[in-house]
Amino acid sequence: MNVDGIKKGIVLDHIKAGRGMDIYRLLHLEKMKCSVAIVQNARSTKYGRKDIIKIDEMITLDMDMLGYIDPNITINIVENGKLHEKKNLELPEKLTNVIRCHNPRCITSTEQEIKHTFLLADRENRIYRCIYCDVAHKEQMVYY
Amino acid sequence: MNKKTRNLISIRDITRKDLEEMLALGQRIMECPGEYKDVCRGKKLATLFFESSTRTRLSFEAAMIELGGNVLGFSSADSSSAAKGESVSDTVRTVSFYADIIAMRHPKEGAPKAACTRTEVPVINAGDGGHFHPTQTLTDLLTIKTEKGRLGSMVIGLCGDLCFGRTVHSLIEAMSEYPGNEFILISPEELRAPDYIRMILDKSGCSWREVRKMEEVMEDLDVLYMTRVQRERFFNEEDYARLKDTYILDAEKLIPAKPDLCIMHPLPRVNEISVVVDDDPRACYFRQALCGKYIRMALIMTLLGLEKEMRR
Repeated sequence: MNVDGIKKGIVLDHIKAGRGMDIYRLLHLEKMKCSVAIVQNARSTKYGRKDIIKIDEMITLDMDMLGYIDPNITINIVENGKLHEKKNLELPEKLTNVIRCHNPRCITSTEQEIKHTFLLADRENRIYRCIYCDVAHKEQMVYY
Repeated sequence: MNKKTRNLISIRDITRKDLEEMLALGQRIMECPGEYKDVCRGKKLATLFFESSTRTRLSFEAAMIELGGNVLGFSSADSSSAAKGESVSDTVRTVSFYADIIAMRHPKEGAPKAACTRTEVPVINAGDGGHFHPTQTLTDLLTIKTEKGRLGSMVIGLCGDLCFGRTVHSLIEAMSEYPGNEFILISPEELRAPDYIRMILDKSGCSWREVRKMEEVMEDLDVLYMTRVQRERFFNEEDYARLKDTYILDAEKLIPAKPDLCIMHPLPRVNEISVVVDDDPRACYFRQALCGKYIRMALIMTLLGLEKEMRR
């Protein structure tokens, strides 16, 4: 399979195998007019298998969302066909409208205009807490 | 509290230094209330109570009136535009034009926090669902300080609904800051303190344990904080009926207790403290309600920046 190299754009590398399509949807890449390629189950010396997304245009990425979904993703910025910058992600301290508070007693359950905001409470166990009700959010559910 | 925005949403907003200054101001007001009768002349407090309350709302209103200020507001969601579907944000934005300070109670957790992002007027959380009730904590701290003369080196038993009992959560958070305190959490399995409170206790380094029966620990306690199992926090009436009378404090259970035990309750009380206990000098809960007024006077003054005026 041939996927052309990109002149100017972004390559999301080291995506956990199987998560590529989730990230494609979360970044709303289906709405892009440029070429977007998803490579699934590519061989990886680091992880065994991985997914890759190539976007043939510079776009603003939601780094918090990506960091939350998979902090091992590497973001490669390509300019003039060459790697211009490599960014590593980490679990973000704050999430805004990435995950949704599921506490029915929380004010976010009734006030539509309030942004669902979480702060990282426990990095090791990936626990975030809603800033309004303090309820912990453990599973990797994404708000979109 | 947060000096920039001057809100009180959680007891975490108050530094230990600010807390001690406020308690000291509360005690000074308690000693000479007449000296403070004109401090808030021309100021207005809005009490936005989307959930009913007796003590909290009336003590806020009494506090403002005793400071020489005025009060406006509503005492239930039904008597506000919330009944027409207005959001908390819109209500608060509007009320900001009419009042100098807002005290808000709401059944949803985090409502006052959401409110304070919509206004420059200081917002006081007067209770948000089963989450926080920081002014009750200030009341409790002033009571303990007045009754026991200290806030550290005590064995504190908290009994009843420790899951939805917001007063307990804030009190644990505040008292865990003081060295030498030991906490005994007395609750049925279904009403255990939530994980974040247990995490706070772990982080604080305070000694703590959970028990199911108050009789097991009565003789050890310096403070016994009773709570009501709150019907309004249950989605299921059967669960409420099963748990509501789990703990009833009576004269017999108090026999092994220390002579200087401080029995507290945020009130309203239902069955969890027998009325015979009211005559016991160790029963502090009505004096606690009085402390609520004085500490709210101190809080209003502090948030409006008037405590400094008094010093001048």
